[in-house]
Amino acid sequence: MTAAQAIDVAAAPPRPVARGAFLDRAFEWLCFGAASLLLTALAGVVISLAIGGWPALAKFGPTFFVSATWDPVAEVYGAAGAVVGTLVTSALALLIALPLALGVAIFLVELCPTVLRRPIGTAVELLAGIPSIVYGMWGLFVFAPWFAKHVQMPVMMAAPPGTVWEKITTGVPNGAGILTASIILAVMILPFIAATLRELLLTVPAQVRESAYGLGSTTFETIRLVSLPYIRTGAVGAVMLGLGRALGETMAVTFIIGNAHGLPTSIFASGSTIASTIANEFAESTGLHSAALIALGLTLFVITFIVLALARALIGRQTHA
Amino acid sequence: MSRTYAPRLSRRLGNAAFLVFACAATAVALIALFAILWALVKQGVEGLNLQVFTQSTPAPGSEGGLLNAILGSIMMSTLGLAGAVFVGVLAGTWLSEYSRNSAYGRVVRFVNDVLLSAPSILIGLFIYGIMVAPMKGFSGYAGAAALGLIAAPVITRTTEDVLRLQPISLREASVALGAPVWRTILQVIWRSAKAGMLTGALLAFARISGETAPLLFTALNNQFLSLDMSKPTANLPVVIFQFALSAYDDWRRLAWAGALLIAAAVLTVTVIARILAREPKRS
Repeated sequence: MTAAQAIDVAAAPPRPVARGAFLDRAFEWLCFGAASLLLTALAGVVISLAIGGWPALAKFGPTFFVSATWDPVAEVYGAAGAVVGTLVTSALALLIALPLALGVAIFLVELCPTVLRRPIGTAVELLAGIPSIVYGMWGLFVFAPWFAKHVQMPVMMAAPPGTVWEKITTGVPNGAGILTASIILAVMILPFIAATLRELLLTVPAQVRESAYGLGSTTFETIRLVSLPYIRTGAVGAVMLGLGRALGETMAVTFIIGNAHGLPTSIFASGSTIASTIANEFAESTGLHSAALIALGLTLFVITFIVLALARALIGRQTHA
Repeated sequence: MSRTYAPRLSRRLGNAAFLVFACAATAVALIALFAILWALVKQGVEGLNLQVFTQSTPAPGSEGGLLNAILGSIMMSTLGLAGAVFVGVLAGTWLSEYSRNSAYGRVVRFVNDVLLSAPSILIGLFIYGIMVAPMKGFSGYAGAAALGLIAAPVITRTTEDVLRLQPISLREASVALGAPVWRTILQVIWRSAKAGMLTGALLAFARISGETAPLLFTALNNQFLSLDMSKPTANLPVVIFQFALSAYDDWRRLAWAGALLIAAAVLTVTVIARILAREPKRS
């Protein structure tokens, strides 16, 4: 009996596949489909922006990107004002945020007492979690009046007549404008840059840093001459990621940039960005006006895409090196 | 005899200045956080009362609350998140389990990164182009689709990341016991990566519940209480935007109350997600 059983088991063909294996292909295709859906979505974004913006691009041609006239009444549209506004606010924001983010990252990695590391780290992360519309309201109702009174007025008063100083600070000191928008943007992107820089700084091998200290370097010298060169590529990537965020930020900027068309004349003057123009006008636009707005959107997409692609390439190289 | 080493004064001063700067930078960031939270709480609590939760948005000068906007926001975020979880989890699973090192896998990963940081207003324009314009009307479904498209890349990314952290031996053990691959993924890999995937979903939820820009021309707004998502649907962010920029004091008070509600919700969800992420696994 037992012998027969043993023979039976040996003689029975091994089950070739696991039970339910027929679902394997189906599940793989389901996952594949979901992944491809993301690809389709991005392609859809590009194509729909291109089709939607085409009437405006076809009508104005290259002048669309050069002209700064934005006149819905006369149906003449040029993107230069919004594009320049976007680039200037983002660049200024980066200029303000980068040193601060570097300071925060270095503080958290090198200086912060261990007990405080987590709470302060979390607090900085919370800054990243605040919705942009809240930044906008705070910027408009709290920060702008304070800024007008304590920064704009004194700076404008102190400006010697006829100098560049006076030229770049002209405007109505109501708090809204290019510089205010840049400062709010800087606060918004600071936590993102700081978080990436912090992670990069943690990748610097302890031996390398300790060697520098062993040679008698101060903390400052170790960071400047050893840590920063070590994380250079990734740090540039982090900066580009921050820049990407600043370029596309909409609501906070819409609240405080003042929303004036045309090229910005000074850092205290009102301006507009691509995103703020779309947010303000798209819902009420028709025909050529909405095509021009969609063409603006396509421009924004191209700019952010380039910045992001560069950022990914640089950060990827750092982490895989 | 030994001499203690001390750097020259100029270097010590440089170092001190640098350390002071790093501390000051952190102080600036913390001050900004507390200034924003303080203003929110101070102005928001003033406008907060029971009416906010029981009545719909008012005409200027009359009394009202934010009930329709809160409900609309919850409906759209939930629906958007549900879709995003479905697509994101499957896409993340494909990237982690099936794509291996294929070129297509790398393309999808890159595309996901682009979507992850694409300006949300462009997502709004896209959904407007494919849903609102053809159907000739703003709708809550379009808003939910826009929010879903913003949340999906977040979930894809976190899902891929946590699945990749699961040890290969876990997969091998399950397959060796005779389970097909799909069952291995569903019942072993997903289960062991549960906490991380939940964190991803929560972070995605936090991100979309404060999004305003893509809703401006998808869901638009609706002054009245309505559960019909095929019509324009009220939502907190757009109501805040309109009320904050209005000239009426009572509207602005409501905007602050709404901003407080949204920020509180988003920050709570973020903190929960962080705690969940760092909770040690059961051994």
